Amino acid sequence: MSFLAPVGRVLIRFLVATGRLVVFALTAVSHCLRPPLYGGLIGRQIIQIGYFSLPVVGLTAIFTGMVLALQSYTGFARFNAESAIAGVVVLSMTRELGPVLVGLMVAGRVGAAIAAEVGTMRVTEQIDALTTLSTNPYKYLIAPRLIAGVVTLPILVVVADVIGVFGGYLVSVYSLDFNAANYLKLTWGFLEPFDAISGIAKAAVFGFLVTLMGCYHGFHSRGGARGVGTAATNAVVSASILILASNYIITTAFFAA
Amino acid sequence: MTTPKIELSDLKKSFGQKTVLDGVDLTIGTGESVVIIGSSGAGKSVILKCILGLLSPDTGTISIDCADVTALYGKARERHTAKIGMLFQRAALFDSLKVWENVAFALRGRSGAPRKQARETALSKMAQVGLGPDVAELWPAELSGGMQKRVGLARAIATDPEIIFFDEPTTGLDPIMSDVINDLIVDTVRNLGATALSITHDMASARKIADRIAMLHDGRIIWDGPVAEIDNSGTEFVDQFIHGRAAGPIKMALRR
Ligand SMILES: Nc1ncnc2c1ncn2[C@@H]1O[C@H](COP(=O)(O)OP(=O)(O)OP(=O)(O)O)[C@@H](O)[C@H]1O
Ligand SMILES: [Mg+2]
Repeated sequence: MSFLAPVGRVLIRFLVATGRLVVFALTAVSHCLRPPLYGGLIGRQIIQIGYFSLPVVGLTAIFTGMVLALQSYTGFARFNAESAIAGVVVLSMTRELGPVLVGLMVAGRVGAAIAAEVGTMRVTEQIDALTTLSTNPYKYLIAPRLIAGVVTLPILVVVADVIGVFGGYLVSVYSLDFNAANYLKLTWGFLEPFDAISGIAKAAVFGFLVTLMGCYHGFHSRGGARGVGTAATNAVVSASILILASNYIITTAFFAA
Repeated sequence: MTTPKIELSDLKKSFGQKTVLDGVDLTIGTGESVVIIGSSGAGKSVILKCILGLLSPDTGTISIDCADVTALYGKARERHTAKIGMLFQRAALFDSLKVWENVAFALRGRSGAPRKQARETALSKMAQVGLGPDVAELWPAELSGGMQKRVGLARAIATDPEIIFFDEPTTGLDPIMSDVINDLIVDTVRNLGATALSITHDMASARKIADRIAMLHDGRIIWDGPVAEIDNSGTEFVDQFIHGRAAGPIKMALRR
């Protein structure tokens, strides 16, 4: 029966890690919901996470919109190409690609930065120092980042949706020679509020996951520079996987029912 | 003897297989200044962290003002630990805040003092540790190690806490500044009536700031007495330590 031992050990380690994450998440959320909140810190995080992510989000969105238009043209050229392209671009952007790509880009940019910052504070005992100065680290460090993530990602996704549709428009009008006004009218016709809202709801969830993973791995990092590096890597990897998995679950809930 | 401010009894703490504290008993009276000495890695910093609630002991009790804080959680525990100011061994300054904001941190947070007033208090505390107003606007990373230590000291005493922990307050300072800091610690204890628990390897500093010295070895307090009796402790361990001799009952884990 000895082969069961390693399996059991892995399983137990997994359950312990999951339990620790759930406790961490619940504690953090409870601090987000209870006053006092540090308004200044939340504002600073919104700028860090939102404003400084705009370039990377904009570039991701415009190229995605452009390539969507191009690809669907090669596929749909034989049918009603113009209408199909407008529909594919706006639906894929708002429903799936906008939130997922923004989530992944922000996971790489912000998740790693949060893990590195919080992790450095952990290994240099700054988090301990916070506690001795009567400041709860969850309230001071974690809550502002979680709140900023949940608030900011939906805004970033709206920006990405608009820029992505604009990218599709550029390719359709200037490269595929479609009629500009007609393309916009078709786009508008395909756009349902429900699609945009589902994307925005996803974005809020992804914002929570990215900042939670950054904070969690940073908060529990140990062992100097190497530990902080590991925390940053783990934050990005786990956030990316959680984004893709939860995206599937949310899509099922929204569209398959 | 005065009423005890802090009482440790049978404190034990292990990290994995490694036992660091193995039944520590120590009582610190109100207004008393106690210094813990002991080899590097003996667990001195761990004692402070257990009292602060940053580490939880495996067994044993910690009483602050006669209340067992190991049985308290959350806000109730914070009320007791809030009485303690702590100087960390490696300063642990917030590197995202300027020097004066570090010193003023608890003033702003705890009593919600306005920015200008907190800054003034911070500057006067910094002056006490020999740091001028020109340092106030710098970032912690721009300071030397000894200056960071002094900022940490100013931050620890900024709110005039009832209890102050100094983890190696004079390590990394020049001899003159060490003496200034020693005077400051003596002053804080005498004038504010604070209770102090310090850790140091610097015997000159220990003799100056301590009312009582306790020696930690092998996870226990093996000797504890008034500073005047340190030279006649009758314990070879203490003799070896205070005279800094390589030969003696304390074996360093060296391979020759
Ligand atoms: N968080 C921790 N995890 C694991 N081991 C730890 C931890 N903190 C301390 N230790 C171990 O406990 C022992 C005592 O550490 P501590 O920092 O208290 O030493 P110290 O007496 O303060 O030494 P020094 O005089 O060098 O500062 C060390 O062997 C250290 O490896
Ligand atoms: Mg130490």
